[in-house]
This record gives sequence, C-alpha cells and structure tokens, in this order.
Amino acid sequence: MVAYVIRRLLLAVLTVWAISVLSFMIIHLPPGDYVTSYIASMSASGSAVSEGEAMALREQLGLDKPITVQYAKWMGLMLRGNFGMAMEWGRPVADVIGDRLTLTMVISVAAIIFTWALALPIGIYSAVYPYSVLDYVFTFVGFIGLAIPGFLLALVVMYVGFAYFGANVGGLFSPDFVEAPWSMAKMWDLVKHLPIPAVVLGVAGTAQLIRIMRSNLLDELRKPYVMTARARGLSEYRVIMKYPVRVALNPFVSTIGYLLPYVVSGSIIVSLVLSLPTVGPLLLKALIAQDMFLAGTIVLLLGVMTVIGTFISDLLLMWVDPRIRLGRQ
Amino acid sequence: MAKHAPALATGVLAEDRIAVATQWQLMWWRFRKHKLAVGGTVVLVAFYLVALFADFFAYADPQESEAQRSLMAPQRIHWFDDGSFRPYVYALTGTRDPVTFKRVYVPDTSRKIPITFFGRGEPYDLLGFIPTDRHLIAAEGAKAGESLFLLGTDMQGRDLWSRLMYATRTSMTIGLVSVALSLVLGVVLGGISGYFGGLMDTAIQRIIEILRSIPTIPLWMGLAAALPADWSVVQVYFAITIIISLIGWTELARVVRGRFISLKEEDFVMAAELLGCSKARIIFRHMVPSFISHIIAATTLAIPAIIISETSLSFLGLGLRPPAISWGVLLQDAQNIQALVISPWLLYPAVAVIVAVLAFNFMGDGIRDAADPYL
Repeated sequence: MVAYVIRRLLLAVLTVWAISVLSFMIIHLPPGDYVTSYIASMSASGSAVSEGEAMALREQLGLDKPITVQYAKWMGLMLRGNFGMAMEWGRPVADVIGDRLTLTMVISVAAIIFTWALALPIGIYSAVYPYSVLDYVFTFVGFIGLAIPGFLLALVVMYVGFAYFGANVGGLFSPDFVEAPWSMAKMWDLVKHLPIPAVVLGVAGTAQLIRIMRSNLLDELRKPYVMTARARGLSEYRVIMKYPVRVALNPFVSTIGYLLPYVVSGSIIVSLVLSLPTVGPLLLKALIAQDMFLAGTIVLLLGVMTVIGTFISDLLLMWVDPRIRLGRQ
Repeated sequence: MAKHAPALATGVLAEDRIAVATQWQLMWWRFRKHKLAVGGTVVLVAFYLVALFADFFAYADPQESEAQRSLMAPQRIHWFDDGSFRPYVYALTGTRDPVTFKRVYVPDTSRKIPITFFGRGEPYDLLGFIPTDRHLIAAEGAKAGESLFLLGTDMQGRDLWSRLMYATRTSMTIGLVSVALSLVLGVVLGGISGYFGGLMDTAIQRIIEILRSIPTIPLWMGLAAALPADWSVVQVYFAITIIISLIGWTELARVVRGRFISLKEEDFVMAAELLGCSKARIIFRHMVPSFISHIIAATTLAIPAIIISETSLSFLGLGLRPPAISWGVLLQDAQNIQALVISPWLLYPAVAVIVAVLAFNFMGDGIRDAADPYL
C-alpha cells in the first residue's frame, strides 16, 4: 500500500515536471522574448521602457543566460509563488488568475459529480435489463452525447435559451453578484448557475462511463457466483448491488484519472461559449495578445491542479479496491 | 427426411465456406451484419467523396465575398414547376430595412432560376488536373454564385454550401493525416514497449501516463498560438496535425502494446523463435498480421477525436486560420450568440461535424467487433 502511494506520488511529481517543461516551451516558442513583447505592449499603451530598464528586466529574468538556467530561474520564481506580471492587465499573474482558477475547478468537479450521479444508475440499469427499450434509448442518447463536442452543445444550449426563452443562460453569477465579495448569498447564486455548465461538460464523459459500467457489469453478471447467490435465495437487490456492482465499480473509479484532465480541458472552451469566469477566456486572451507569461502560468497551474486531482482519485481507488490496498499478490 | 436434405446440404456448405475463408473474409462477413457500422461506412464514403471532389459539389467560389449578399437565409428550392419535375429557385432582391438597418431579402416571384444537375459553372481542375466546368448543381442562365444560396450566406456574403464542401475536404483530411502520424508513433513506441518490455517499457508507459494526465486543450492552445503568424495555410495545417498527434498516439500505443504482450506468449511465436526466425520476421510476418485488424479499429476510433480537436482549436481561432476553410473556421462565425439567433443557419456546419464523428464511431465499433470474435 505504501509502495503504491509512493509510486503514484513519484509519477505525480514527474508529471508536474513534464508539464512545467511544456509550459516553459510555450513561453519560449514565439520569436522574441518576454522583454521585447513587454516593451512592445508598454509602448503600445503609451509608456516607454528605457534601455536600462530593459536590461535590468532581462537580468532579473535571466534572459541573457542559457535556456536551462532560465528554466531553473523560472521554476525558482514559480515555487516561491511569484508568477510574474500579466502584461495586458498590469497586475501580478497571481491576482489575475486567483478566483478564476478556483471556479475552473469548481465547475470541473461539479461536472464530474454530475457524470457519476448519472452514469452509475443508468449503467447498472442498462446492464441488468440489457436490450430493453430504455437500454436502447440510453445507448442512442449516449452515442449522440459522445459525438457532440462540448462547445457545440454549449452553443446549442445558448441558442435555445436565447431564441426560445429569451434568457441568457451563460455566466456563473447573476449580474448583482458578479462584483460582490464572497458571501453565502453569492455561493447560493453560484450553485444555482452550476447545473448548465456541469451538464454541458459532463455529457460526453457520462456517455462513456455508462458504456464502461454497462459492459463491466454485464461481464460480472454472467459469472457463476451470481447464480449461486440467486440460488441461495438472496434478494435481487443484494444479488446485484452487493458483489457484481462492487467489482464492476473498480474500472469505473479508475477512469476518474483521465476524466479530470478531459473535463478541465473541455471547461476551457465551454467557458468561452457560456462566458464563464474561469481561466478559459483569460487563457485565450493571453494567447492572442502573446502574453506568454500569463498563458504559460495558466497551463502550468491547470496541469498541476489536474495532477493533484488525479492523485486524490488514485487514493480513492485504493480505498475502493482491496487488491491495491493490500498489495497485488 | 428428403425434405431436410437441401437445408442440411447448405448448412454443410456454409460450414465449408467458413472453414476455408481467410481471416479478412470472416471479418467482412461479421462486419456486414453490423447494420449501424455499414451505415456509418456509407456515410463516410459519401463524406470522403465530397472531400475528394469538393470543387464539383460546390457551385460558387468559397472565398468570393459580396457585402450585398450578407447573411442570406437558406433558399427554398421549388422542386416542381407546373406539375413536372423542374427544380427552380426565385431570384432574390436585397434591400435594407429602414428601421433596423438589417438586410432583408425578398424572393422575386416573377424571376425563376432553373436548377440543373451536372450543369456548367465556374471552371476548375477536377482532382487538380482535369480541367472542367461541370458542377453537381448549377443555375441555368445565371451565375450560380450569384443566385443559388442553398444553405444561405455568412457575414461576408460567401455561400455557405460551397464553403461547407471545401471545409469537409480540410477537416476530413486533417483527421487522416493526424491519425497516420499518431499511428506511426503509436505502433513504433507501443511495439517497442510491448515486445522488448523491461526498462524501455516502463519509460514509455510513464510517458504515456504523463501525457494523458495533462489537460490537452490548454496545451494545444499554447502550442498553436506560438505558431508564427506569417506561416502559410499549408504550414499551419501541418503544424496543427503534428500538435494534435502529439497526444493522439498514446491510445494507439496502448492497444499495440497490449496486443504484443498477449501475442508474445502464443505458441506460434515460440515456434517461429525456435525455428530461428529473425526478430523482424517474427514481428512483421507472424505477429503484425494477427493484430492488424485491432489497429485498424483503434485507428478508426481515434479519428473522430482528432476531428473534434481540430474543430475546437479552429473555433477558438488558434487552429487553422482564414483563408483556410474548415468546419471549425466556419463555426467561428457562430461564436457570437446574437448573430446566431438572427441567422441560425451559421450552425449548420455543426451537423456535418456530428454526423462525421458518429459515423466514425459506428464504423470503428463495427470493425472492432468484427476483428475480435471473443468480445
């Protein structure tokens, strides 16, 4: 068990490192460096940057050093929580991202909860009553759900909201609460706005999980121990829920590991359509303005949060699956 | 007794047929039974025909903009004229609403424009080298680009039908090119991982796990945004395919590795080894043919994800950029929700995306079921 946790932890650290290298690449790929684009953006807004200032900035960021040294320096800054300046905003990156990163995670987690809450009962139903009318309906809806990219679904939802109900279904807060400080009322407002983004984000994952759950449980139900349980007169509920569902649940739980990156990924683009105050719109703006420091930091932080989430799901899997908990024999 | 004889005979015959059929024949017979998969295949063939002959299916220049024709609604086709089959459309006259300043188009019922099939229109080179001017649809006695608007027009007055045809070419081929690249990476790395095992296997598996735990869209957005703005359409096209296949190969590598590991233990591989076959011969002559069908299935199932990725990136304005035309580029016009409410036909390209993705999924499922009789 300890070995498992340590292995997962090592993998998580390795992943974070890989993400940091990729984020650093993103920052460095465009021609020129941070300072040239900083100068360009400052002069565009009317304030000049002197040669001396530019030199000092280069020195501070170590842009005159080889790329590996630069990376080490950047990582050092990152680890100390200094994410640099967001040029367009003229404020520290940490300030600009703060709340938005939290909201991104809130939406992603809400989408995953929705996915599970729906996929589990439907998957069990479809496996217990295979080839029934409802099973076919779920399969069909699932196929459609898989085929529609999240942002298209978001567009359709927005369109229907506008055209038929005359309401803007986007956003995460009512207009009164957008600028308000956090309070219970604002939290409640957030909860009320969560279902639409959660459903839009969760549909594809739900369709996939239903299929996984259905086929796992179908395999399990065919096994002789189920017949034995039935022959010994266990109630149908116990026959199904007590053993086969528990066994079928394992692969189901392990999928959360890649469900989270998938949902976070989707939330970026869905947020743009539904104008949600997550890091998605911010990232796009930063990329278009070539504000690579902001963009790189967002990619890095998103990646790190995903890795943490995946690690937590690994621990969850360990809790559910005794084979992992007790060490594979 | 005698009555049963013919049935028995055909039964034996069918069994004989199965006994001597090749692996591919068996797969084809199983695939044929999967109605959804066959339907999906037919749809895909149609899509790729459109991709191949986009300039034949289009009737107008997809780049020609005309402010006078901006945001026209899809035109109604009248199929019958005086009770006989003679499709025509009414000519449209555009005016500006004096109150809302919106352009409105009124059909001029006195001017009928007959539609012909396989008629003459803009000259082009079929398949790039056969000069012709035949199009699937053409307007008689008028320029098609100025009088036919089957799916309406976009903001710049470009014909949506024609643009959709060219977009199909771009989006459907980007899926193929990307998947080919992912396939090479996936088969080579997955093969090494599965066949040799050991340290290499561990390293490659960790790389795959790492890549899969990174949220892809932000990463792609970052990489795509870093492409120089002065690159040509073709350069961007290939850069995007490479960026997408950077992640896409992981799933294929997993399938290949799994197959290699399970086949390594098979008797026929050991037999080949004992006979002194070279490693290359064992892999390519004995192992690869027995799992190539699985690779085909996995590849088919990988394409829809790639198509969705390209569409998403282009939709954000970070993938292909105009003047390139792809489904994602077309959907960019639908980004503004107010514009979409006024002109909902801008969302039509979405239908193409969904149908193509569904068709690939159905076909892939069918191939997978046909390839593995034990599933």
